Amino acid sequence: MSIEQPNPAWQLSADHWQGAYDSIPVMMGVIPFGITYGVVGLAVGLTPSETLLMSLLVFAGAAQFVSATMIGMGTVDFSLIVFTTLLINLRHLLMGASLTPYVTRLPLARQALLAFGMVDETYAITMSRIQKHGYSEHYQLGTNSAFYLIWILSTLTGIVLGAYIPDPLNWGLDFAMPATFLAMLMPRLVNKTSITVCLVAAVIAALSALYLPGKWYIIIACLSASLAGGLLEGRDSRAV
Amino acid sequence: MRYEIVIIILGMAAVTFMTRFGSQLLFRQVGMPTWFDRWLKHVPTGILTALIVPSLLLPKGYLDLTIHNHYLLAGLLAAVVAYKFRNVALTMGVGLAVVVALRLIS
Repeated sequence: MSIEQPNPAWQLSADHWQGAYDSIPVMMGVIPFGITYGVVGLAVGLTPSETLLMSLLVFAGAAQFVSATMIGMGTVDFSLIVFTTLLINLRHLLMGASLTPYVTRLPLARQALLAFGMVDETYAITMSRIQKHGYSEHYQLGTNSAFYLIWILSTLTGIVLGAYIPDPLNWGLDFAMPATFLAMLMPRLVNKTSITVCLVAAVIAALSALYLPGKWYIIIACLSASLAGGLLEGRDSRAV
Repeated sequence: MRYEIVIIILGMAAVTFMTRFGSQLLFRQVGMPTWFDRWLKHVPTGILTALIVPSLLLPKGYLDLTIHNHYLLAGLLAAVVAYKFRNVALTMGVGLAVVVALRLIS
């Protein structure tokens, strides 16, 4: 195609469905977390509508768990909870930055909507698609919508049925996340640099998950490993 | 809904959105330097590894390298399946089956 056609914006396309379809395996792992969040929300004393509102507006599993727990412990302190949320989600700055080359040509509002739906899982699925077939905004919107919908529905399930469901995190479904991420990671390990990045991230993530609080291990491991990768590549490209 | 809780939720929503959109907004204004691009290329590998490894090695918060760590065993097998077949659904299916089976027999 020589001329870029203006996008028939946001009409449902095959890419939307593909994005949603590719999300199914990882989504199975999110369901027990959404249900558990709904249960926890009520258990710590949030009302059903407050519990649901948080899923609708924040859409960030770990941060919601932590803040609900803090509220449950009697910490109804705006700056403390919001700052904790910021720290837990800082890793998204890195993910957002790495998507930048693909999304800056989009209209600002559309880019913002896609950013709202960028969580660990949708980011991984979108990057995996980029690696295989290139970037598609429809695909990204497809996976984002699928995860948003399942997060809301599983939160609702937790709120409504919570008391009757035995601990959902004991189902073993939480293994769906690392398993599917493994399937996305393996095809990336194609040369010495990428394997080094993976090894550095593995060692630092394990060590910092042991000794540091919260989600710092993700940021620290990813920062140092990707910097190492960039440096290795810089050295190699100067050598040729 | 209580006023102070709604305000907290709005604050959480604002900072969360900021972390997801902030860096993109910045680069939209100033453009991205090439050295930065070379670095960011490795972010997906780093993030994926950082999300996977602790959930396999420390599923309960402490380092568990014994055969009682079902997540580690299933993860190793899933890694082999992922490497050989490059198939997400298969990798997850095998991994989940192993976790559930180990839980039943132990």
